[in-house]
Parts: sequence; structure tokens; C-alpha cells
Amino acid sequence: MDFTFTAEQLEFRDTVAGLLKTEVTSDSIRARWSTDSGKDPALQEQLLAMGVYSLLFPESLGGLGMDAIDAVLLAEACGAVALPEPLAETMMVASPLLVDILNRGLGNGAIQPIIDGVMDGRVNVAVLHPINPYLNFAADVDWILAGSGDGLYLLPRDAVNLTPAKSLDPSRRLSSVEFDPSAEHRVAGGEVGAALLRASLNLGGLTVAAQLLGLSELLVSQSVQYTQDRNQFGRPVGANQAVKHLLADVAVQLEYARPVVARAAYTVGVSPERADFAVSHAKLAATRVAQLAARQAIQVHGAMGYTWECDVQIAAKRIWALSYEWGDEGFHKNRIHEWLLQPNALLGPEYTFGRRSLVG
Amino acid sequence: MDLTYTPEQEAFRAEVRDWLASNVPSQPLASFDTEAGFAAHRDWERTLAAGNWGMVTWPEAFGGRACDLIQWLIFEEEYYRAGAPGRVNQNGIFLLGPTLMEYGSEEQKARFLPAMASGDEIWAQGWSEPNAGSDMAAIRCRADRDGDDYVINGQKIWSTRAVFADWVFGLFRTDPNSERHHGLSKILVPLSAEGVTVRPIQQLNGLPGFAEIFFDDVRVPVFNLLGEEGAGWQIAMATAGFERGLMLRSPARFQQATRRLVDLYRAHSTDILDPSVEDDVVRCYMDAEAYTLSTYQTASRLLKGGSIGPEASCNKIFWSELDLRIHETALRILGPRGEVEPGSPADRDELGTWLDGFLFAQSGPIYAGTNEIQRNIIAERVLGMPRR
Repeated sequence: MDFTFTAEQLEFRDTVAGLLKTEVTSDSIRARWSTDSGKDPALQEQLLAMGVYSLLFPESLGGLGMDAIDAVLLAEACGAVALPEPLAETMMVASPLLVDILNRGLGNGAIQPIIDGVMDGRVNVAVLHPINPYLNFAADVDWILAGSGDGLYLLPRDAVNLTPAKSLDPSRRLSSVEFDPSAEHRVAGGEVGAALLRASLNLGGLTVAAQLLGLSELLVSQSVQYTQDRNQFGRPVGANQAVKHLLADVAVQLEYARPVVARAAYTVGVSPERADFAVSHAKLAATRVAQLAARQAIQVHGAMGYTWECDVQIAAKRIWALSYEWGDEGFHKNRIHEWLLQPNALLGPEYTFGRRSLVG
Repeated sequence: MDLTYTPEQEAFRAEVRDWLASNVPSQPLASFDTEAGFAAHRDWERTLAAGNWGMVTWPEAFGGRACDLIQWLIFEEEYYRAGAPGRVNQNGIFLLGPTLMEYGSEEQKARFLPAMASGDEIWAQGWSEPNAGSDMAAIRCRADRDGDDYVINGQKIWSTRAVFADWVFGLFRTDPNSERHHGLSKILVPLSAEGVTVRPIQQLNGLPGFAEIFFDDVRVPVFNLLGEEGAGWQIAMATAGFERGLMLRSPARFQQATRRLVDLYRAHSTDILDPSVEDDVVRCYMDAEAYTLSTYQTASRLLKGGSIGPEASCNKIFWSELDLRIHETALRILGPRGEVEPGSPADRDELGTWLDGFLFAQSGPIYAGTNEIQRNIIAERVLGMPRR
């Protein structure tokens, strides 16, 4: 039993987080809003050089051979700067799905070149799961892995129709995607297709949960700063207990959401039979704290918090968008209710970590 | 990260489970806030001590098993799972014990720890005074040095277990010219000493769970000073950390309560008209799970040499508010049946234990530093917000 991240995992996170903190500022995010692509190509190059896009590919394929536990720290770091680019989704959702397809001998030889392309930055892949009505940054993807029913389809960009949808979050570039689920593009179906889609839904939920934690941290630190700088009645507004408690409540929830997300990252790799439950718990806990963080951050900023100029909107709007992606509250609550309230649920203390104990 | 138990940890769980299965009293003991219940709980402490289960994390020399924190969590999980009696000596074993281990002399450890682990000496707490509640630095109760003794005068209040306990530990002003958190010392006082008067205070449930203690020229030897004279505040903060954190409120208590809540919900689900009840049952379960995961994470970090800081204040808020929600949800399930007190002849399903827990849960956000004080600590010391 060791519920800690290793020094190496934290070090790698710190390296990437350091780059993100320098490069992804409120100004650089606002600059993206007026560009067509919405991305920062120079940053992509730097991330690529750090190996972030090779992270979850096995060493046998030329990747770094890391797992969701390593990646979840990076996804949180992406949230902590409100990174607009879908780095976390590419790394944690698309990459493992490609590997899963390849390992099952599916995809007719198309997968290996795509994996190589992702790792050297030439190829862009996104996953369109049926639970999400829109795809983010679809315009510049080369391949879309799209689900329909229990079928999984690998579609080149020119085989789909994109219709733009304007997100409340100016950093996001949404499109609805229409495609013909034809045999030509079909990678898997039936039980295998359903299993692949289910696994990617769990990875998607985990990825979003980790980003929501980071976004909450960002809002707390922006808010603390503001309550130190802004004076009323001759003292900083943050000296008022009522203001302190708004942010302390976020800190408490964050403290208890973090280990839930870490447990989900561990579970998707090690006890996939419990992943639905662990991921749904993580998504719910992270959404709850993030929604609170967005609300309290605006409140402590006063009228400034309600302006376009105030940077609180960057993380707050991301939170309002991501809260419903990869399964909304209703979806995840239903999975947990089904699991917990079934007559044969195993609820003893020996089951907390998903392995049946030697006793009982 | 490895979230599996080792074979040794599994074996330890099995050993605890077996021992508890053959030793936990089949009928629940009377409340330890009654004279007979207190005696029965003291006997239970002696039973635990006879099996060397009194305080498993302590060194063997003091009646423990030198268990690490993961084993401690496993022990607690099994303890609550078995429905074993509450720990009447929790002030001693969970709060004073760890403090003695850190600040006490070897002679003090040898004098106090074994008797604590065996249940022979049961401890009360003496922090608050009539004018020193949340503002604990306003303590006025004096301990004046006189030769090899301290002479204590003053009053303590809200002393948990003091009505039937043997000893009290508390914070006293040893420097009469000092102010606020300076000049305070932590001193151990036998409640049988001449000049001590204990006046019971009935709690919300009608039982004398705490007391006022009056000290009138009470003499204790300097041996009873814990740590340096004048270092009481710092030592008290360490004790408060234990109280807010994982020692006093291990997650097992809430895991067990929420498993019972799920069972209660299943048993009554067809009578429940309010659709939000199911959501609250599940939310309580998940929050108890989150508290458990967080505690395992903290324990893992401590085992690797880390430390607990002001984030212990997050613990206190989280578990006390969870405890309230668990019991509020149980009463919403029970509806008008929830009103009946435990032990009522008509209460054949022992539903009254939920009411008992509900009343007790009202105290959680108050004791060990109110949740408002904890939120101030988090805002100022974790988040860095301005003090004034």
C-alpha cells in the first residue's frame, strides 16, 4: 500500500508545468481567441520536444511507456493554466485507444503510422465519443476515432462533415461531426467496440476530472491574490471572514477530490473492472469542487468578476464547459447508484481498493 | 503508487478480525457517560489491552504492537466493522499519548503510557475556560511554581469524560505576568487530588458527557509538567492537530456509518417519497470513501517522512460536516420513526442509534476548534489570505 506519486512522476509534472506556466498566460490565451486555429504552434513544438505526446505509448512502439498515473498529473497541470489545446485528451484518451486497437490486431495496418505521426507531431487524432455532442478542435485533426452505437470508426478528416458551434468558452473550437458509419471505416463493433468505447469514456472522464482540479486551483490562486490586493474599509477584502470562508470551502473540497482522482487514475490501469465506479466518483467530485470554485471566484472579485476584462472568465468558462463533457452529473451518478445500491455490492473495508481481500 | 495490501497487511487484517469476532461484546455497552457504562467500557479497554490491542501503533514497551499507520487504518476499519465499543480513553490514547510520545521524558512515558493503554487510567481534557473558548489564548487558570510543586487555581469547562475519569491534562498559565499564548504550560493533574471539584454538565442527550473542573490550591509535582515550562501553546497545537486529524477521527468510523446508511436505505426504500434521499445516501457513501482515500494518502506520505500541516483543518471540517449529513439523511429515511430514543421498548430495530448519532453529530463542527476557526486557519495558513 503506497498512495503517493513517485519523485520521478512529480519531477516530470513539475518540468511540464513549469513550461506551461511560462507559456500559457491569460494574455497568450486571449491572443489565441482572435486566431483561426486557436492554438499556439510554438508551444506545441516545445511540448513535443519534452515527449509529452509520446507519454502513454509503450516503449516497444517508441513511446515513453508511462501510464494514467503519470498522465493524470499532467492533465491537472494543463487545467492549472487553462491550456486551450486538447493536449490532455490527445495524450490520455486518443493514445491509449490507438494502442488498444493496435494490440487487438484491428485497424488494418492504419494504426501504426498514426501512432508514429502523433509521436513526431505530424498527425493529429481526436476521439469523438457518442456521449459528447461536439468535438473540440476538430478542424485541424487528421483522423477522428468516432463511436456510433457499439461501432468504432477510424475516419480521415475529409470523410466527415464539420459544422462549427460557438462555445461559451472562447478558447474552445467546437464542431458537430457528421459521418457515415460505413464498413469501410469500421475498426471494431459488438463487444469489442463497446469495450473500446467504454474504456475511452473512462479515460475521457478521468482527463476532464484532472483538468477540473487544476482549473479550481487556478481560480483559488487568482482569487486569493485579488483579495490581498483589493482594499475596502481601509483593509484588504480578504481580511473579512465571510470572504475567507468562501475560498476555504473550495480548498476543503479540493483536498478531498484530489485523492479520488488519483485513485481513478490507478484503477483504470490496474483494476479496470472497477473503473466505471472510480472514474464516475472522480468526475463528480472534481465537477463539484470546480463549480464551487467558479462561483466563489466570481463572487470574491465583485463587479470585476462579471467583466470580460477579468481573467476569472478563462477558467470559469472552461469549468462550465468541461463539467458536462465525457458524461454529465446524471450519467455519472447513475453509474454509481447502480454499483452501490445493487443487492450484491461488496461494501466491506477490504474492498476500498478494488481487490478482494484474503479474509471475509 | 500501489493500492494493494501486502500479504502481511492482509494477514494482520485477518488476525484483527478474528480476535474481534471472539471478543467484542454481543450486546452494545451502556453509554460511557453513565457510571455503569463507564465501568463497562473500562473493562473493555482492559480486554483490549490483554490481547495487546489497546493502542497498536505504540511501541511494545508501552503495551503496543509498533504498527505503522496503514496497519492502524486496517485495525480501525476492522474495529468499526465489528461494532466494537467506543474508546472511553480516547482523550488519553489518541491525544495525550502521541503528545507524551513526542514531548514527554522517558520517566513520564513509563509512568503514564502503560496505564493509559491498559485502561487503568482514563483521561479527560482541560482546555476551555468560561472566557477562553475559540480564543484559547485567553486562558487564565494558573499554575504557580512552589518548590517542587505547582499550585493550581482556576476553572476549566467542557472537559470531556471528566465526570468519571481519573486524570485531566490541560493548559495552565505558569507565568502570571504573561499574556496570550506565552507563559502557558501543559500539566497533568489527577482528578482525585485535594482541591479538585468536578461538576457534571448534561449534554444535549441528557448525559453528563462533560464537566466543569474547579481547582482550589491543587498541588501537583513538577514531574507532571509535560515539555518545557512555557511551551504549552506549541504542545497544545500538536495535540489539536492529532484531534483534528487522523488519530481521533479515522475514516473507518464514517465508512461503517455510511455502509449502515446504505443498508438502512435499502431496508426502507419503498417507503421513501423524497427522491433526493437516494442521492444523499450515495453522496455520503462517496464522501466517506473520499475521506478514506485522503487518509491513506496522508498515511503513505507520513510513512515516507512527510508531515501534516495546517491542512489537518480541512479534515476537521470534512468529517464533522459529513457526520452531520450522514445522520440527517438517516433521520430523513426514518421520518417520524426517527424521533424515538435508543433503548425504547418499542424500538425493536434499534433505530434509536441514529438519533443518538444525530445528536452527537451536532457537536462535531464545534469541538476541537469550531469549523469557523478551521476555515480561518485554512484561509490564512494554507491559502495565504490576509489576517487583518
